[in-house]
Amino acid sequence: MTLLLVAPLVLIVGYIFYQALPILSLDFIFTNPKDGMRSGGIWSPLLGTCYLVLLSLAISTPIGVLAAVFLNEYAKDNWFTRMVNLAVVNLAGVPSIVHALFGLGAFVLFAGLGKSILAASLTLAIMTLPVIIASTKQALAAVPMAFREACWNVGATRWQTIRHVVLPNSINGILTGLILEVAHAAGETAPIMFTGAVFYKAIQEGDLFAYGPFDQCMALSMHLFTISTQVPGVPHALPFGTAIVLLGTVLMVNALSIIVRTRLRARKKW
Amino acid sequence: MVKTDVMIEIKDLHVRYGRREVLRGVTLDVYRNEVLGIIGPSQSGKTTLLKVINRTIDSVPGAVVSGTVKVDGEDIRQIKDVYALRRKIGMVAPLPVGLPMTIFDNVAFAPRMAGIRDRRQLEKRVESCLRQAALWDEVKDRLDTLGTKLSGGQQQRLTIARALSHDPEILCLDEFSIAIDPVTTMRIEDVLKELRSRMTIILVTNLVQQARRLADRIAFLFNGQLEEIGSTEVIFSDSPRSRKTYEYVNGVFG
Repeated sequence: MTLLLVAPLVLIVGYIFYQALPILSLDFIFTNPKDGMRSGGIWSPLLGTCYLVLLSLAISTPIGVLAAVFLNEYAKDNWFTRMVNLAVVNLAGVPSIVHALFGLGAFVLFAGLGKSILAASLTLAIMTLPVIIASTKQALAAVPMAFREACWNVGATRWQTIRHVVLPNSINGILTGLILEVAHAAGETAPIMFTGAVFYKAIQEGDLFAYGPFDQCMALSMHLFTISTQVPGVPHALPFGTAIVLLGTVLMVNALSIIVRTRLRARKKW
Repeated sequence: MVKTDVMIEIKDLHVRYGRREVLRGVTLDVYRNEVLGIIGPSQSGKTTLLKVINRTIDSVPGAVVSGTVKVDGEDIRQIKDVYALRRKIGMVAPLPVGLPMTIFDNVAFAPRMAGIRDRRQLEKRVESCLRQAALWDEVKDRLDTLGTKLSGGQQQRLTIARALSHDPEILCLDEFSIAIDPVTTMRIEDVLKELRSRMTIILVTNLVQQARRLADRIAFLFNGQLEEIGSTEVIFSDSPRSRKTYEYVNGVFG
């Protein structure tokens, strides 16, 4: 049974890796695409994806976590709260292309940000927000009510209770939700295509700060789409190499999440 | 005992959860430095009464409270600083709750939240509370281990230490012995006998004999109403005012 589950994964990753092998090197990561994207590396899209993911999480994490804290710890159970909760769940199910159009209208055009990293990150943030809220709420709800009551009984305020007891004991679940959203944001193509990602852009190779917030950028997911379908004469290994780097980035983040979770679970307190 | 020195004054208290009325016009006084036992079958509103006194009932969805409750002469529905009220009252819940932090932090939690930062002051407070709760000798060498890892009886004494940590004037115990063994129960009862000279104690219990051992006066709640309140001798005599009290105390029902 386990084999049945693991075999396809190993097969897919192994196949991609095998196909990508001829071009995988450090050079591949640290050089821009060249010759109309028929050779060179993936530095520009890799950095673009990192920017988009980090900036979008920087926007959606505080808002999402605070919203979840409010909904779970403060909000009274009335029709308005129930409506907000329903909206959050439904928003999580909206197709990403719809988020893309919203981002185009709201951030690129209305807010006047133009097609930029900032506009694309905001769009990704809107897309990841409902999932972050939902997973954070779930993590908070998993902290037993008795802990909160014990804190209130000794005269702790609601915020003190949240700050010292609820959040430290739900951080595990909150982080898990966040890290899943990193993978989600890194892989999405539609929302950034409309709002900030471009077909080609060369940047300073090896410079981590090559993009500014109002620049347009390349992104791995879109780059993969471009070189697999839009550009004729791309060597066979190039899209596979791009895919394996995207996959590797996401797997690395997932591995990080597993490490963080096991360490936190070792400190589990009840 | 000076009968006029009233610590808690409850007048015509009604509490509803939605449509269900759990307290129906309860009027009673708790005197300073007495041990008041509150007995009664389950669903008679005992726990609700305690929740009203420290106003944690505010966070119960759908609870509606009417009537007046005064603690130390102050109407608790009018006071602005509800946290100060709660610090005045130590509350021990039926099931032991060790907070998910070290033993030291469990007891130091309330003083810290009240703004005490000085380490030495905290250490003194923690030691004295743990001693009062008869737990110090068992845990003094491992104050930095998790409170949740203690045994049930130890956690219940930890809960008592925590309830004492903010130096309350009133101590409410809600069926504190429900989850612990008889030996530990006796130890805690001894602790309570020590504390009674210094604070007002409200002891909610299903064990009428426990109330008999500890309480100066006993209130018998039945179906959300105060059936009878009187001195322990009268309640346990052959002729309490109410027939129901006699039957409950002697195990005819409940």
